[in-house]
Amino acid sequence: MKDILAQLETRRDAARQGGGARRIAAQHAKGKLTARERVELLLDEGSFEEFDMFVAHRCTDFNMQDDRPAGDGVVTGWGTVNGRMVYVFSQDFTVFGGSLSETHAQKICKIMDMAIQNGAPVIGINDSGGARIQEGVASLAGYAEVFQRNIMASGVVPQISLIMGPCAGGAVYSPAMTDFIFMVKDTSYMFVTGPDVVKTVTNEVVTAEELGGAATHTRKSSVADGAFENDVEALAETRRLIDFLPLNNREKAPVRPFFDDPARVDKSLDTLIPDNPNQPYDMKELIAKIADEGDFFEIQAAFAANIITGFIRLEGQSVGVVANQPMVLAGCLDIDSSRKAARFVRFCDAFEIPILTLVDVPGFMPGTSQEHGGVIKHGAKLLFAYGEATVPKVTVITRKAYGGAYDVMASKHLRGDFNYAWPTAEIAVMGAKGAVEILYRSELGDKDKIAARVRDYEDRFANPFVAAEKGFIDEVIMPSSTRRRICRAFAALRTKKLANPWKKHDNIPL
Amino acid sequence: MFKKILIANRGEIACRVIKSAKKMGIKTVAVYSDADRNALHVRMADEAVHIGPSPANQSYIVIDKILDAVRQTGAEAVHPGYGFLSENKAFAAALEQIGVVFIGPPSPAIEAMGDKITSKKLAMEAGVSTVPGYMGLIADGDEAIKISGEIGYPVMIKASAGGGGKGMRIAWSESEVREGFQSSKNEAASSFGDDRIFIEKFVTQPRHIEIQVLADQHGNTVYLHERECSIQRRNQKVIEEAPSPFLDAATRKAMGEQACALARAVGYTSAGTVEFIVDGARNFYFLEMNTRLQVEHPVTELITGVDLVEQMIRVAAGEPLPFKQEDLKINGWAMESRLYAEDPYRNFLPSIGRLTRYRPPVEGPTATGIVRNDTGVFEGGEISMFYDPMIAKLCTWGPTRADAINEMRLALDTFEVEGIGHNLPFCSAVMDHPRFVSGEITTAFIAEEFPDGFHGATLDEDMLRRVAAACAAMNRVAEIRRTRISGTMDNHQRRVGDAWVVSLQDTQHRVTIAADKTGSTVTFEDGAELRVQSDWTPGESLARLTVDGALLVLKSTKIPMGFRIRLRGADLKVLVQSPRQAELYALMPEKLPPDTSKYLLCPMPGLIVSISVAEGDEVQEGQPLATVEAMKMENILKAERKGVVRKITASTGASLKVDDVIMEFE
Repeated sequence: MKDILAQLETRRDAARQGGGARRIAAQHAKGKLTARERVELLLDEGSFEEFDMFVAHRCTDFNMQDDRPAGDGVVTGWGTVNGRMVYVFSQDFTVFGGSLSETHAQKICKIMDMAIQNGAPVIGINDSGGARIQEGVASLAGYAEVFQRNIMASGVVPQISLIMGPCAGGAVYSPAMTDFIFMVKDTSYMFVTGPDVVKTVTNEVVTAEELGGAATHTRKSSVADGAFENDVEALAETRRLIDFLPLNNREKAPVRPFFDDPARVDKSLDTLIPDNPNQPYDMKELIAKIADEGDFFEIQAAFAANIITGFIRLEGQSVGVVANQPMVLAGCLDIDSSRKAARFVRFCDAFEIPILTLVDVPGFMPGTSQEHGGVIKHGAKLLFAYGEATVPKVTVITRKAYGGAYDVMASKHLRGDFNYAWPTAEIAVMGAKGAVEILYRSELGDKDKIAARVRDYEDRFANPFVAAEKGFIDEVIMPSSTRRRICRAFAALRTKKLANPWKKHDNIPL
Repeated sequence: MFKKILIANRGEIACRVIKSAKKMGIKTVAVYSDADRNALHVRMADEAVHIGPSPANQSYIVIDKILDAVRQTGAEAVHPGYGFLSENKAFAAALEQIGVVFIGPPSPAIEAMGDKITSKKLAMEAGVSTVPGYMGLIADGDEAIKISGEIGYPVMIKASAGGGGKGMRIAWSESEVREGFQSSKNEAASSFGDDRIFIEKFVTQPRHIEIQVLADQHGNTVYLHERECSIQRRNQKVIEEAPSPFLDAATRKAMGEQACALARAVGYTSAGTVEFIVDGARNFYFLEMNTRLQVEHPVTELITGVDLVEQMIRVAAGEPLPFKQEDLKINGWAMESRLYAEDPYRNFLPSIGRLTRYRPPVEGPTATGIVRNDTGVFEGGEISMFYDPMIAKLCTWGPTRADAINEMRLALDTFEVEGIGHNLPFCSAVMDHPRFVSGEITTAFIAEEFPDGFHGATLDEDMLRRVAAACAAMNRVAEIRRTRISGTMDNHQRRVGDAWVVSLQDTQHRVTIAADKTGSTVTFEDGAELRVQSDWTPGESLARLTVDGALLVLKSTKIPMGFRIRLRGADLKVLVQSPRQAELYALMPEKLPPDTSKYLLCPMPGLIVSISVAEGDEVQEGQPLATVEAMKMENILKAERKGVVRKITASTGASLKVDDVIMEFE
């Protein structure tokens, strides 16, 4: 009997060895952790329960039957993050280079099915050379099975992908359909076709890092939502992100004890807006001063920095923040910022996370590159996302809210619940100078007259009161009281119930 | 007494004067430039008058504008503060003409002391000790030796026309005088075409010690003891204290009496300061007299209990001094740290911008002393490029010098300033410097002890352990809070462990924490225990803890897996990790700082409005290089590191695309 029990431990030990000591050392030498080490750091100590530890592949081509390591290159199971349940899979690069086989895919699918059924997030740790070529189409089928589950899980449970090694070819499309992708600098890359194929087909010479490293995907392509210095930091920060997210779409955003007065008044905000309307200021200061304990988890910080997206907490509860950033491109909306914010708004709406919108937007970016790039449809994504969102929506206009961009940024007309403006707000169809040049074209020759017209226009329209008179602004508030007002607003919206008309799904301009 | 006074100044000193005036029931008028529209002194005053554009030479030092403000408001007297018009005899005279009282000395006294040569002559006549020297022409080496013998060694042999150290020799003996005289003469002849030479006493181990005097219009003149201001960086005072750790009672009395004699000799009234240079043997020599309220006056107020501004106002109103010399005792010790908007890590480059956080320590009595902060700024205010970079004066008082230093250490640790670069860490480093603590300082202290600038303080083993214990305890609080999130699995909650690994400043401590009702005990690998008590909660940027019975104040910011901690001039990344996390973290490659490119690239499509440097310029980290206008917004591009501009490729007015090269560095 004792022997039989001991056999379990022996088998477990063998499975835990993955590709063996030599490959583990090689993995470490690259600055990467092993699949199991990553799971260990992601989850609460001792909380991981592994599934399918003894699963082995069934391939017999290329003499594969002689090499059937337990686990088949992926570690799967569930555990907790700060006591909340999550499902996890972690590809083991030390076993067949983490390549995806039919059974490898089945293991991933199993935990994804459970995650959907039980309502818990899926965290996928990607470190794989790609398809297991020996298995041919069975491997491709495996990918598609995973894709289908990513799609079914989307909007049901949060899905987070950590890219901690190679992720190439068809494999990229699983993370691509998850909610967030995080990469590790220098040790991870993602691309559909690698540098060799690129060279053969297009004669372009490019390194893997340039083609699909963390810098490329966080700054240029916006495929990734963030990048971290190393595996350990990436896993620690993923735990931090999970603390902001509900476990599934049937739950409210999580709440935890907080140590910050919801009525905290911050006098320094009364001087945040510079006297000169053309001088930028840092919207992140406002976010930090509104948030509980100044804690802000930014999403896509390095991409389209003219709009800021991320999570804060108010009275302990997660809130998604979308804010124009006057420091970058004057905070204008363009293709990239609209896409970035639209996706973020839709994530929040899907998972019942209330949305706070901070507005200082001079309009949409003009230019051929924007028009030819389709700013009409891309801008419409953000408009659409805000309009369809049924979660609590609170908006604060700090300074400029000009033209169509005013409409887009969670205006009253898009079912904003609480629309506040600071006394410094200028809600108008455009800036004074532009408006005067159109309205008084005949007087353009007379400088003094135009200057007087500009002053008149500013006096009449460069304020929040015209909009407030019409009820488009619910209340003009003091900047210093913003946190208190917003906290109260979201508190008043805890019982909000709003449903869109039944539809199979909408047709957002993708 | 006056009913209303105008303060012809700005910043902390204007606020300081307003405070005393308010206390005395006098109404106050502030003046302000464009940049100071929302300044603290404007908010504090009963009335405020706009006097023009931001540059001081178009506002604060334009006499007519101040006079207009006086007329407009009906102020009966004007306090000039320091700097600006404070030592301008024409201003004092102009006020007199319109029958308004200048709260300061009579204009002849300002004039007499305003000139270096006249003031030295007057001082000698008044029996004040001046640097001994021979101003006449010296014929040959023998005469030089004779003169040197009279002055006393060491002596400095200087070319009359000299400058920049040329033709200057220091001689400690007769033979050195003979040799030095000849070589100075030759060098002077060849460099300046003028071989006239003079000799004066070379002051060794010089200290800057000054005497505060106060005189009324009834012939009473007293001294309020001394201040030592030897801690200077390039002639800019940084730390001052009163009394001096160097003077004995006899020297103090002699200096004080000479200072009063000089004041009497020039018919001085109001507050003034007589500056001396003091050598290692406590010989003191007159330098100059400042005919105004001195920046560092608060340390004198703290040890004497006299409100100098109040006395200046009373004297100006014709009241006699309410005390005599024998009433003025030295009570305890006071320190002052000047807070400058200068980044010590960037070679003390001035820093401007918005004060996103400005939280000085609470003023008033502490458990062991007094904290005082004279300031002219506020959180959310703007530090502009137009004026002096000094934004506050933090003062502490304690019964002894050691106590005052300790109060200052804590006060500096408690002082939160963000948004701009500032010298708080540098002041902390001075307070912990053994030589400063010993009192063995000279005016060369900073040059000698920080020859390569300031790169942050390093903490000793004992302090590191205290910080490690504090962070372990803080981390435990933060981690336990994380487990109290909604949606956890009932009965399967996370239990926060007791074992942690704390890494900081290249050291690692494996600790265990045992928490109880009143705090926690942190045990180190070697068995040593530190008791930590605190009511810190996550998110509080200032953590006050008692570690092993001593108060520890940390400025803390959350970073992944730990805290960024600032105290005592050190800026530390403190990681608090589980043993397993630390073990695996050790496997992570150490990354070299990213290779900041040799180019300044345009970060956004825009128009180059200005380029602030020229080819061949050496630039400091953080120095503005160019301004790019995009979407009607002006964005200042700053140097990411120190370097030399090799080539400027973009020109003013050019429209650039993203990543276009603006300039190249060597």
